[in-house]
Amino acid sequence: MSSKTITAEEPVQFYDLDEHAHPEGHSTMLGFWIYLMSDCLIFAILFACFGVLGANYAAGPAPKDLFDLKLIALNTAMLLFSSITYGFAVLQMQMGKVRGTQLWLAVTGLFGLGFLGIELYEFYHLIEIGATPQRSAFLSSFFTLVGTHGLHVTFGVIWLVVLMIQLGKHGLIAANKRRVMCLSMFWHFLDVIWIGVFTIVYLMGVLR
Amino acid sequence: MTPHPAPEAGPFLGKLSFDALPFHEPILIVTFAVVVLGAIGVVGAITKFRLWGYLWNDWFTTVDHKRIGIMYMILGLIMFLRGFADAIMMRLQQVWAFNGSEGYLNAHHYDQIFTAHGVIMIFFVAMPFITGLMNYIVPLQIGARDVSFPFLNNFSFWMTAAGAALTMISLFVGEYAQTGWLAYPPLSGIAYSPSVGVDYYIWGLQIAGVGTTLSGINLIVTILKLRAPGMGLMKMPVFTWTSLCSNILIVASFPILTATLTLLALDRYVGTNFFTNDFGGSPMMYVNLIWIWGHPEVYILILPLFGVFSEVTSTFSGKKLFGYTSMVYATVCITILSYLVWLHHFFTMGSGASVNSFFGITTMVISIPTGAKLFNWLFTMYRGRIRFELPMMWTIAFMLTFVVGGMTGVLLAVPPADFVLHNSLFLIAHFHNVIIGGVLFGLFAAINYWWPKAFGFKLDVFWGKISFWCWVVGFWLAFMPLYVLGLMGVTRRMRVFDDPSLQIWFAIAALGALVIAAGIGAMLVQFAVSIWKRKELIDESGDPWNGRTLEWATSSPPPDYNFAFTPVIHDLDAWYDMKKRNHDRPVAGFRDIHMPSNTGTGIILSGFCLVMGFALVWHIWWLAALSFAAAIFGAIWHTFNYKRDFHIPAATVIEVESARTRQLAAGA
Repeated sequence: MSSKTITAEEPVQFYDLDEHAHPEGHSTMLGFWIYLMSDCLIFAILFACFGVLGANYAAGPAPKDLFDLKLIALNTAMLLFSSITYGFAVLQMQMGKVRGTQLWLAVTGLFGLGFLGIELYEFYHLIEIGATPQRSAFLSSFFTLVGTHGLHVTFGVIWLVVLMIQLGKHGLIAANKRRVMCLSMFWHFLDVIWIGVFTIVYLMGVLR
Repeated sequence: MTPHPAPEAGPFLGKLSFDALPFHEPILIVTFAVVVLGAIGVVGAITKFRLWGYLWNDWFTTVDHKRIGIMYMILGLIMFLRGFADAIMMRLQQVWAFNGSEGYLNAHHYDQIFTAHGVIMIFFVAMPFITGLMNYIVPLQIGARDVSFPFLNNFSFWMTAAGAALTMISLFVGEYAQTGWLAYPPLSGIAYSPSVGVDYYIWGLQIAGVGTTLSGINLIVTILKLRAPGMGLMKMPVFTWTSLCSNILIVASFPILTATLTLLALDRYVGTNFFTNDFGGSPMMYVNLIWIWGHPEVYILILPLFGVFSEVTSTFSGKKLFGYTSMVYATVCITILSYLVWLHHFFTMGSGASVNSFFGITTMVISIPTGAKLFNWLFTMYRGRIRFELPMMWTIAFMLTFVVGGMTGVLLAVPPADFVLHNSLFLIAHFHNVIIGGVLFGLFAAINYWWPKAFGFKLDVFWGKISFWCWVVGFWLAFMPLYVLGLMGVTRRMRVFDDPSLQIWFAIAALGALVIAAGIGAMLVQFAVSIWKRKELIDESGDPWNGRTLEWATSSPPPDYNFAFTPVIHDLDAWYDMKKRNHDRPVAGFRDIHMPSNTGTGIILSGFCLVMGFALVWHIWWLAALSFAAAIFGAIWHTFNYKRDFHIPAATVIEVESARTRQLAAGA
């Protein structure tokens, strides 16, 4: 709050006459961060639902009867590895290597697909043995929370493919670099959410 | 009333059939005829005067925050007329249905009307109005050329419009929800609402909600990143501050609404058990979640108007705002506290004395920062040279009205009192008292205040005063009887009454509604007369009120680029400071100005979403899948366009600015 007292004689500049254009996309990162936080709130609500309704089995199966922790551990490993490989893609990008970036993005995508495959297998298995989303409030909230995360990963994979094409077309121009960084935040964000899912849904579930 | 049987779903048109058209409702047939005739008239006029190209190029595809702001205001105004028609119908029904009369609306129709009235007034009137206002004013107040993400801004508007369109379609195709504006389960579940009304509700709000969330993100980033040099956070105009807080609330609460409505949709479409009575579901979970969104929502609506009142009071008292810092802190306190009070909407849930006490106390605490604001406005007026122009009149009417609404709110915050008053007409009177007395009066102050900025001429004072007095008198006539009725124990959403002694109060309320109708009519006349007499009402200066903030530093209406040179800020009231110190408006040295290009992607994507919403309502699965795929593909296609900007050449800037120089010289 220390504003200098300016006397009338001193010329005061009221307009920026020598303006430099804002670099393109200088606000994108902040905007994307805020978007991620809004997405985080959606997951917060789904976690809250699981927290409140997650023990309402309605005389149906409980987590202990359903979850195969070994499979989930493999699934978790897939996603965690994909975050590391995404990190490698960013490193390649910083070194200015288009091919390397694309390659690591592809590896990331494959890990993502592996994760989705295992998740779909798990869902298929659960539905087959009668543990459907309609069976109890516990299963409704389980399928919705895990499924919403899976849906995000699906969109992440689609985005990865689009980005690889765009990198092929235009190379590592500023706009593409920004997109790689946005998807990076998105991908790591999904990882963080999954840690929450793994801990609260699966680990704490089988303890219950 | 026998519930309508759920129609059999066919493969091609889903549940949609000719039975969905309301041939059995004469009121709707007449309304439909009027709407169709009106639409034919408008479309015909646009075609006759060859305006389609102009509308498409200059308005529908625009990324200019000013034009988008105006489109939001027009959307809000159109939906306001629909929402008010619902209000008049309810008032008429309630005064009619006495002494054995059933009134003129059957229960099925009446229940849709009170639901639609609430939904439309909050989501498609108040929200577009405040979003439009923030869109127009905030970039100008912070000396920016546009918002941070101009394309997203256009897309947000069209998503809001698509949500409104879907809600309007329900009037003529099928039906709307009969659940009340928040669609509590289990009533809104598939077991008790098997038809499409709740589905219209869900998808209309989901589509609009996407737009609202994105526009919130956009404005937060704009305010944080695009302020003119020298404008630290504590030198931001108060309206910008309140807009920032309001948008933070939007981003921190609309995702909750999205998630909650998705869960309700899953219950209805997939058969999950989140909010059902059986299989472990919990309807009260929904009520909690919806109000965790719903309470911040009312502060989303009122905060920007608190900003408007601050700007208006300070301008028309000719003084700088009293207690700027405390005003900012009060706004931030309200922002935080608005998250800690949601349970006061259902003290009767039975959560126990401790929980109810906590939420009762937090609710009462909110009145402290709000009171601080009121005293700040009063002290700003104290010893000021007050000019009683229309914006100032609305502000004073707000102060007198809102205080009463605030005090009845504190009464409702006392849990034992709430057990008596819960869901009574006392509550209805209370929230209309704060929303009309706060949000609407604020909007009318804002419209009268900033209209000259947007269009270059002032609004007619004579019709403005007629509208003002009709509104204020009509409001008190319409809602004070509801307080009385509420204290007598009359509950909300009643269609017929047994006790004839209540009728007089409903008659007074209906009279009040008619006076308000006259106020609305006078306002429309005010707009028409002002446009007609725009030559007489013209404002050449760009600063008709002797304003204090940056939006008055540029011409009215502002050029596409707002400011040829970015202003540099030295004081809170930046424009007042510039005038006081005799700044020189630069007249040479103009450069190319970098601007975003228009795009039709926003309206096209929103169109796909509208089709998807309609298809989901009627279970037309192939169409829903197709339009969803089209929206996703369209969005991806848009990302392949890397050339989204252009430069306004310096020559054009010189031309515009020289015209401005001549205009100023002629005015002086």
